[in-house]
Amino acid sequence: MRKSKRFAALALVTAFGLVAASCGDDSSDSGSGGDGPKVGIAFDTGGRGDGTFNDSAARGADKAKSELGATVDELEATNAEDRKPNLETLTKNGDNPVIAVGFAFGDGLAEVAAANPDTSYAIVDGFIENAPANVTFLGFAEHEGSFLVGAAAALKSKTGHIGFIGGQEIDLIKKFEAGYTAGAKYINPDIIVESQYLGAAGDNAAWGSPDKAKVIANGWYADGADVIYTAAGGSGAGTIEAAVESDAWAIGVDSDQYLTATADQQKHILTSMLKRVDTSVFDTVKQFKEGTLKGGFATYDLKSDGVGYSTSGGYLDDVKDQLDKIKADIVAGTIVVPTAP
Amino acid sequence: MSDESTVQRITNPKALKAPNAVLVTVASSLAAVLIALAIAGVLLAVTGYNPFEAYSKMLDAGLEKDKLLEALSRATPLMIAAVAVAIGFKMNLFNIGVEGQFLMGMFFAAIVGAYVDLPPVLHVTLLLVVAMTAGAAWAGIAAVLKVKKGVNEVIATIMLNAIALSVIDWLFQSKFRYEGESLDVKTKPLPESAWMPDMFDGRLTSFIFISLFVVLVFWLVVYKSKFGFRLRASGANAVAARTAGISSNRMIVTAMLMSGAVAGLAGLPYLLGESHAYGPSRPDGYGFNGIAVALLGRNHPAGIVVSAILWGFLDAVQGPLQIAKIPQSIVLVIKAIILLTVVIVNEVVGRRVAKRTADRTAAQLALPTAVAA
Repeated sequence: MRKSKRFAALALVTAFGLVAASCGDDSSDSGSGGDGPKVGIAFDTGGRGDGTFNDSAARGADKAKSELGATVDELEATNAEDRKPNLETLTKNGDNPVIAVGFAFGDGLAEVAAANPDTSYAIVDGFIENAPANVTFLGFAEHEGSFLVGAAAALKSKTGHIGFIGGQEIDLIKKFEAGYTAGAKYINPDIIVESQYLGAAGDNAAWGSPDKAKVIANGWYADGADVIYTAAGGSGAGTIEAAVESDAWAIGVDSDQYLTATADQQKHILTSMLKRVDTSVFDTVKQFKEGTLKGGFATYDLKSDGVGYSTSGGYLDDVKDQLDKIKADIVAGTIVVPTAP
Repeated sequence: MSDESTVQRITNPKALKAPNAVLVTVASSLAAVLIALAIAGVLLAVTGYNPFEAYSKMLDAGLEKDKLLEALSRATPLMIAAVAVAIGFKMNLFNIGVEGQFLMGMFFAAIVGAYVDLPPVLHVTLLLVVAMTAGAAWAGIAAVLKVKKGVNEVIATIMLNAIALSVIDWLFQSKFRYEGESLDVKTKPLPESAWMPDMFDGRLTSFIFISLFVVLVFWLVVYKSKFGFRLRASGANAVAARTAGISSNRMIVTAMLMSGAVAGLAGLPYLLGESHAYGPSRPDGYGFNGIAVALLGRNHPAGIVVSAILWGFLDAVQGPLQIAKIPQSIVLVIKAIILLTVVIVNEVVGRRVAKRTADRTAAQLALPTAVAA
């Protein structure tokens, strides 16, 4: 009996483990469009409803639906192994173009794109060596946008002490940290910038651990930090909660997080670094429809308004001139933003 | 019914020797799956989806050739992970550390594989050995802790999962990053001599043959060898086994090392077949899913193969389900309910069978007394 009880306990734990993994937000809203392109969107783990990165892509798809008459099919991966099959499923379903949201689709896309030369593909943040001509890389200058919010943080900090929380410790997120730190030091060379990552590279929990982000943020706020920038997908919600409790500032990422926050939280969201994944998705569909999608690199930087910062709440109105000047300097190349911390 | 088998049933009511017992196990597992589908169907209906539409969509999409091949591909690492878990179970050891062990195997195979140059078959063989060694070494830590310090293997292996992740990340970031233009940074790519070819236009990995071979070896070693008998005996009753001269400490270490060695292989279908390098965008969750598959398959080789394919099938249909606007989490919910019902159904059936056997035996034993009276 003892053995079978242990057995049952283990089954319970495993079952909860499985279900916990499914506790994401499934809401997929695609519905009917018009006679435009049939667009396939392959989200990585997290998917629509994360409030930041994936939602930005989803907005682009929604806009393509309403303005270009596109129909949209969305697939979300729950594991690394879903990525390639999901691209295949969309392709087979007749979707064209197919847009992969996240660099991790690279390996799978390389194979699928080579096997389906008649379908156009795009990949956000991705790059494939020796890629076939039917793949477009949608790249972003996150470090430039982060430089601006770093400068904004330094301008608004009263204590000269700010922080950065990253998701997985990977090169992509280090670009955010590098830009943010450089921007803050550009304003105040003596500023203290704390930095911590929520998980090692490959630790997917890092994108969905608001509790961890909250603990870190509360600690820093208690130590005197008064602005914290979080680039960690859904985990960023924890920093916003901490900012409310500690009456301090949080900076959002990818999407304008002010727009999805509660009224209480809005008072504590200084700005958000905008990564216009929505623009890139919309542009891709539009170019496809017009027959001008040509593969290769499409770069979204400060110059093309592919990155930037949000002004919802008007908390940055008093420093707008300074930020505009910095933006102009980055665009002109007078300020060169580092991509690694 | 002979005296011998009566005695056996009295001393071990769960013995699954008689063919009808096998039938009962298979039937109860099947029943568990059907009950789970029914419960999940109710959940679907309650949340506003048509369960019949959902299930027919699953069947329609899942029975297409491409999806069946995909299901087999997805079952490939699960079979290996489940065998690793089952080896532990047979010794009454719960190896929750398959996750960490497979990552260790995958990582070290990626490193060694990228820096040696060998002919194709030899290269792959070397990497299989490297992965097994790395997995076994990592599991060995838990075995030593248990034998020397009495640390429960469940705690030790769970902790070692977290440590494995950090150790690998540290090694990866500090020593083995291979810089390219992609943000998806990986280790140095494996030369083509280390690749396992895909079959059917990339739909099925040839690693499936290695997986099936692992299952076969598991069956031969655990069910058909003297060693396997000792292993199962120690697992079933450690005291009796010790009395019979089997060192339980030695069995613990051996079982743990074997379990870890097999676990080390689970990441290789992806490494050798798809990514050809280790990086953060690798798969995870083989550990948990391996436990699930082993539980559903009742730790039996055939059960593990069938359960792994069922798991692979459920994973393979999540894409078509989403296109049909049915939430893919229903797949995870079905898996979880299957696990719970399997345990409940087996417990209920086990008690029934035990009671019936006891009644029958009691009746038989009572008979001569009655005649004598």
